[in-house]
Amino acid sequence: MFSRAYRTAVTVPPLVWVAVFLLVPYMLMFCYSFWSVSESGTIVHSWNLDNYHELLTKPVYWETLLRSMWIAARVMFFSMLLGYPLAYFLSFHAGGRKDLYYQLVIIPLWVSYLVRAYAWKTILGTDGVLNTLLQYVHVTSHPLDFLLYSPFAVVLTLTHIYTPFTFLPIYAALEHIPRNLVEASHDLGATPAQTFWRVIFPLSIPGVLAGATFAFVLSLGDFLAPLLLGGPSGIMISNIVVSLFGAAYNWPLGAAISLCMLALVLALIFFSERLEKKWSFS
Amino acid sequence: MELLMSASSSQGSLIRGPRWLTAHALAVFAFLYLPIAILILYSFNGQGVGGFPPRDLTLNWYRILFSDAPIWDSVLNSLLVAAAAMLIALLFGIPAALALDRAQFPGKALFRRLVLLPLILPGIITGLSLLMLFRVAEVKLSLLTIVLGHGTALISVATTEVFAGLQKLNRAQEEASLDLGANHWQTFWRITVPNLKLSIIGAALLIFTLSMDEIAVSFFLIGRDNTLPLEIWGRLRRGITPEINAISTIIFLFSLVAIVFWYRLRTRAAPG
Amino acid sequence: MATTTEPAVATGTRPSSTSLLSIRSVAKHFGKNIVLRDISLEIAEGEFLTILGESGSGKTTLLRILAGFEQSTAGEVWMSGERLDTEPPYRRRVNTVFQSYALFPHMTLEQNVGYGLQIAKRPAAEIESRVAEALAKVKMSTYAKSKPSKISGGQQQRIALARALVNRPRLLLLDEPLSALDANLRRQMQVELKALQREVGITFIFVTHDQEEAMVMSDRIALLRSGELEQVASPREIYNRPATSYTAQFIGHTNLLHADISQGTATCGTLKWPTSLPDGTTLFSLRPECIRPVSAAPTSNATVRFSAALRDQAFHGATDLLRVESDGGLIFTIRTASRDLPEGPLEFEFSAADAIPVRATSLRSTSEERV
Repeated sequence: MFSRAYRTAVTVPPLVWVAVFLLVPYMLMFCYSFWSVSESGTIVHSWNLDNYHELLTKPVYWETLLRSMWIAARVMFFSMLLGYPLAYFLSFHAGGRKDLYYQLVIIPLWVSYLVRAYAWKTILGTDGVLNTLLQYVHVTSHPLDFLLYSPFAVVLTLTHIYTPFTFLPIYAALEHIPRNLVEASHDLGATPAQTFWRVIFPLSIPGVLAGATFAFVLSLGDFLAPLLLGGPSGIMISNIVVSLFGAAYNWPLGAAISLCMLALVLALIFFSERLEKKWSFS
Repeated sequence: MELLMSASSSQGSLIRGPRWLTAHALAVFAFLYLPIAILILYSFNGQGVGGFPPRDLTLNWYRILFSDAPIWDSVLNSLLVAAAAMLIALLFGIPAALALDRAQFPGKALFRRLVLLPLILPGIITGLSLLMLFRVAEVKLSLLTIVLGHGTALISVATTEVFAGLQKLNRAQEEASLDLGANHWQTFWRITVPNLKLSIIGAALLIFTLSMDEIAVSFFLIGRDNTLPLEIWGRLRRGITPEINAISTIIFLFSLVAIVFWYRLRTRAAPG
Repeated sequence: MATTTEPAVATGTRPSSTSLLSIRSVAKHFGKNIVLRDISLEIAEGEFLTILGESGSGKTTLLRILAGFEQSTAGEVWMSGERLDTEPPYRRRVNTVFQSYALFPHMTLEQNVGYGLQIAKRPAAEIESRVAEALAKVKMSTYAKSKPSKISGGQQQRIALARALVNRPRLLLLDEPLSALDANLRRQMQVELKALQREVGITFIFVTHDQEEAMVMSDRIALLRSGELEQVASPREIYNRPATSYTAQFIGHTNLLHADISQGTATCGTLKWPTSLPDGTTLFSLRPECIRPVSAAPTSNATVRFSAALRDQAFHGATDLLRVESDGGLIFTIRTASRDLPEGPLEFEFSAADAIPVRATSLRSTSEERV
């Protein structure tokens, strides 16, 4: 039905753009990771495995990566904890107001990331809203300093950012479940709780996986929240990369770490998609 | 038949939701909106940020904001970048969606992956890879490089939205057009595009907003001129100023207007 | 007002007169929309009752109230002496076969069928044997380990049936379960379902809009029109003695004669026949098969004759359905044995006794002509 000219016209321009601005840059990143930087600060195009050797032998990289993954895991867990029941409530118990509530969940997504991270900064600081409130009502007598400039602050802020993102695919999956399955389950004697665990939850797993992967991957690669709120104990792997492209000026090493992150992310996406396929029944 | 389904929760059914579920939902909403509320509240606080309760309600910070030239320069930059990025993303994203929907070609799977990758990839990777490209190609960093970066990252948004719209499109309409004598080009403009109007506008709005807020990719591609997020970021690094509360409130209000507009658009064009 | 031409015992069925289900003045409103008005019905143990009606008649709503998916706005439902409609669906000894089957896509057919037993925490061995028995009864044993997406619509329907029956409910509700099947399969399933019901002895309440289906399968039919019970009777009774014009038209074909009665004679156009009804105007229902070509037998004044011109002849296999216009200008539908008809005007007759008086209720616009 579609002529060759039509098909070529729609395929070529995006292909070219994608090749130039996505494929080539990744390949460049790949190349950079095998180069090194000289004493005088120029990039030396000699091919070696020094950078990877550095990554494997120096503990700081592993530690930071593991800490980043731990933070990402907690963000994933908490945003799921917040997002799933919310999605369930909207899908099954919100009645006619479902659409309105949905919009209410989406609105924070449209508010700038920076703005929201900044808001948490003002709330959690030693002079911030939370601390002064707690002292005002005499719950604490002096400011709690672990609230800000800690992994806690990073996890809290990222959870806040990513809860709507985990909500979306879970809600979509729940909406997709035919309501007569729920009725059939009740008809056969299952209470709402039993129906949830035996019918609803299994059928929502693809949405859960999609949301979890999204939250985990994006938290893992985040560098802004740690810079604003993480303090020295909250440094994540992307912060190392940022400094390598900045003050610490070692592009090849930075590229190597980025490449590893890319590989890790791709692997996670791959496995998540495999699992999603296994659990999708429509 | 079973279409008379479970509006039953509002029609009086014997099955009610557990109370904790409602409480939980309320708590999550509170969690999502609390920081925003505090931000807005404290933008009027005479004492600046921190302290409880807020006193000295004032518009001082807004006044300072309005005479702050660098901020408004960056706003202008952001608007330009967003407009340009939106054009690029649509110009390449719409054909990409069409190609994925209708064309078969070698490497289609790889193409699909690459186009959609920036959606889920942390911005730092997209930003850094493009930085390396510009370095090797000896292109100076400027608003142009930021435009290119946003465009690349946001093509995926355009493609996703338009692709979804294409799935809903009734293929028979296009076939009828061809049957009645129109060629592909005419069919495209007279039938396909009008049907995709909603998806395209939705995508455009989303892309514009995302570009205005974008920081992760922009962080690495910035030249001399700042976009608004980067301008704010620079000030945040130096310390908190209450002015930030004021500009943040304004950004929030704009976002609110944008989403109400988008919602109206959607419900007007596609009721039910 | 509900018209029950039915004494307490269903005619022509197994002689069980114990009432299982008692529907008392049930009404259902959705906002301003009144879907069910004052429905009262007694359903006997072991009975096969069909709730018959057009779309929008409220039949599915009534079924859903019995299942527990809707709550009535007024009225009560009792089962075996205990209040039913205050219980949530998972506590009722009632099971449902859904129109779209509603099989759980992530479970095997075995797991689907055994679901209710699992919930009831029956021992594993018992579940296994009862599931195997149920699958065998619906002839789906070889598919036990398959998933619903791998089997056809007709097969899914059997599994839905097995899944409901395996729990040995006191009452089985079937919501138009055969409507998605093609004609031949449908006829086959009708027979099988009827046999199954006889075999297991469970009370079936079957909802459909197909009046032929209702007549084939039911012990009794409850005809629902716009949320009210039009007539509740056995198939034979409802066909031969329709109470209203709606019933006469909905079930089978009929001719409706608008007659004036004066001193024992009903007059409709040029036709006259004796009747014992009082003076006034009355509608009479005359089944097409009751009109026959004139025979040579002597007539009495209880036989009405007319000549008519053939307007249309539709071939229905064993019979023909003729449309004729009488010399008085009335249009009749006549069913005769299929054969070629001669040219020119034809002579027909019917017995006065076959003209059944019916109450006029609002007529749907159908292919039946009103005379």
